[in-house]
Amino acid sequence: MPNVEAKRGILARLIPPLTSLTRRGSAGWMTIIGAVMVSTIILVTALGPWISPYNPTAINVSPPPNPSPPSADFPLGTNLLGQDMLSRILCGGSIMIQVALLSVLFCFIIGVPIGLLASYAGGALDKTFTLVMDSFYAFPGLVLAIAIAAMMGRGVVNMALSIGVVYVPSYYRIVRSQVLTIKELPYAEAARASGARGRTILLRYVLPNVVPSIVVVATVNFADAILTAAGLTFVGLGVGIDVPDWGWDLTKGRELLPSGAWWVITFPGIMIVLLALGFTLVGEGLSELLNPRLEK
Amino acid sequence: MGLRSYIATRILLTIPMIMLLLSIVFLIIRVIPGDPVLLHFERKASEEAMEAMRQRLGLDRPLPIQYFEYLGGLLRGDLGLSMQDFSQVSEQILSAFPATLELAISSMIVAVAIGILLGVRASKSYNSPQDHSIRAFGIVVYALPIFFLGMIFQMVFAIDLHWLPANGRFPPRLQEPRGLILYLSKPAEGFVGVLAWSSLVGLICWALCIAALKRKRVKFWVKGFLISLSVLLAGWLVWAYLAWNFVNVGALRISTGLFTIDSLIEGSPLKFVESLRYLFLPSLTLGLVLSGVFIRLTRSNMLETLRLDFVTAAKARGLRETAVTYGYALRNAFLPILTMMGLQFATLLGGAILTETTFSWPGLGRYLVDRINFRDYTAIQGAVVYFALMVAAVNLVVDILYAYLDPRIRF
Repeated sequence: MPNVEAKRGILARLIPPLTSLTRRGSAGWMTIIGAVMVSTIILVTALGPWISPYNPTAINVSPPPNPSPPSADFPLGTNLLGQDMLSRILCGGSIMIQVALLSVLFCFIIGVPIGLLASYAGGALDKTFTLVMDSFYAFPGLVLAIAIAAMMGRGVVNMALSIGVVYVPSYYRIVRSQVLTIKELPYAEAARASGARGRTILLRYVLPNVVPSIVVVATVNFADAILTAAGLTFVGLGVGIDVPDWGWDLTKGRELLPSGAWWVITFPGIMIVLLALGFTLVGEGLSELLNPRLEK
Repeated sequence: MGLRSYIATRILLTIPMIMLLLSIVFLIIRVIPGDPVLLHFERKASEEAMEAMRQRLGLDRPLPIQYFEYLGGLLRGDLGLSMQDFSQVSEQILSAFPATLELAISSMIVAVAIGILLGVRASKSYNSPQDHSIRAFGIVVYALPIFFLGMIFQMVFAIDLHWLPANGRFPPRLQEPRGLILYLSKPAEGFVGVLAWSSLVGLICWALCIAALKRKRVKFWVKGFLISLSVLLAGWLVWAYLAWNFVNVGALRISTGLFTIDSLIEGSPLKFVESLRYLFLPSLTLGLVLSGVFIRLTRSNMLETLRLDFVTAAKARGLRETAVTYGYALRNAFLPILTMMGLQFATLLGGAILTETTFSWPGLGRYLVDRINFRDYTAIQGAVVYFALMVAAVNLVVDILYAYLDPRIRF
């Protein structure tokens, strides 16, 4: 939904709606709360190796029997291998955050330029790309990601690629719908009439107006990418055992469920929920702030 | 554009899309890894063993030929042989499919029911604490990993409280519901009868059509033609299904593969209750995660509709509040909800994979995950193709339904 009065410059489109967030009602607060949640988790994960009490991958730091419930020495309990859950929680976000960042970056690099070029050029190019993207879009996302991840093997980059492929079409679609409207606006027409080249119009007139929507899509995608990464780990396509990872802990915890070891799944699960929730809140808030037309 | 030409265009557009989907799957599973056989054995088998498997699965031929064999096989409903045990992948998928269908239908019902109930409540108390908490619920539910929610449910309701079973689809102590089985003395009578009846009704419709044509009531003729065609087709389908069952089971078997329905056909309340108990937690899990979208959709649609004049008019006529909300306003939100059900079908299938793995539900998703662990790439390909085709089919049906219900879309 492009705004009717188009402005030049990416920052000019992004910053004004994001000032004085506290006075913007629920959308502003959602953005703030989400941003605080996300940045806290990222900070904790970054500092994890220094602040965690034990080595998160060391086996049998607690004497058997394991898994043992939360105690003074191990505030969040231990898992089957006798690893400290608190340390694993503090360090365990890195894989998910890396995968989500890389996959969103990948989508951005592939989806936005293709969307811009194809829809600006129009014609057969546009039709072909739209058909291809629609086919990808119609695919159940998780199934596609599972298929690609199963073929490419383990690893952060492979996982990010397989998730990225799933979400490229959403970028393409949003860019395309925006470009189709913007390039017909009097503003862009004036630029064309005054002799601006296609490239100039795309980069200096169209792109800045597309950016707010892309930012919204990207934030929501972070949440989806995190959930998909967790899902991939759960079906056995995760990165591996040598790195602490919430998704992995959650997956392994399933085997311990009958023994009643609730702490093994609850804490990593809550961390994933908080991270995904943070991104969702930011996405929700931003979409209301950046697309004023939707505001009531 | 009329309805018929819209449907024709839509179906024609589906064909290149399905071709693309199939090519994408082929590309991912056969081309990207180079050699699936090498991957399957993780380089631990002898060269002869691998060569033998390649020959048996037809993976030794050039890629273009493999591609056409793959497409040709699909046309015949043949998804190839499994790498694990050389069984027919299509048969395994067909036997796993009803479980997934049952889960999908029940979770869709849960999701839509929760979505409509909460969405309507939120819209009626716009901007109140109730509205805000329902919106927050919708957002939180969206951010929940399905399997985490499922495991929490298992922990609380199955392991701690012992109310519901944690895993599986049916208690092992009972025989699974098989639907109604008719042992006819002359089995041939059964399906020949169906065939005869459907053909007879079809022929009568034909005769009516021709009679109508003679009196030049063209519109009636078109309708009659379509009706007779569908009666014939339905009769043939029923006949084929019964005949197929007879060949496979040795008796006429009327069953859907959905345990809840089959136990009812069988007339066994015990089995019905048991299958519901097993179905409850998985469908609640998947339904809750999906409900967020429906809550938001219902809420925003109802907010718009409740402001319209006809709602005010209905209220002014003295109709009860619930009658106005559910009978008048909600009716307007039905179309978007229907569309959303179609759009969410892909998400639903993805979620079903995780739900089935969490609850050891013996459906298609669990089949796919099992095969991933066996590195059975031909079976993975088959399952992925099946998922893709299902989504394409549902999208097509929803689009056509939508065009039928909302004339604006056709013009």
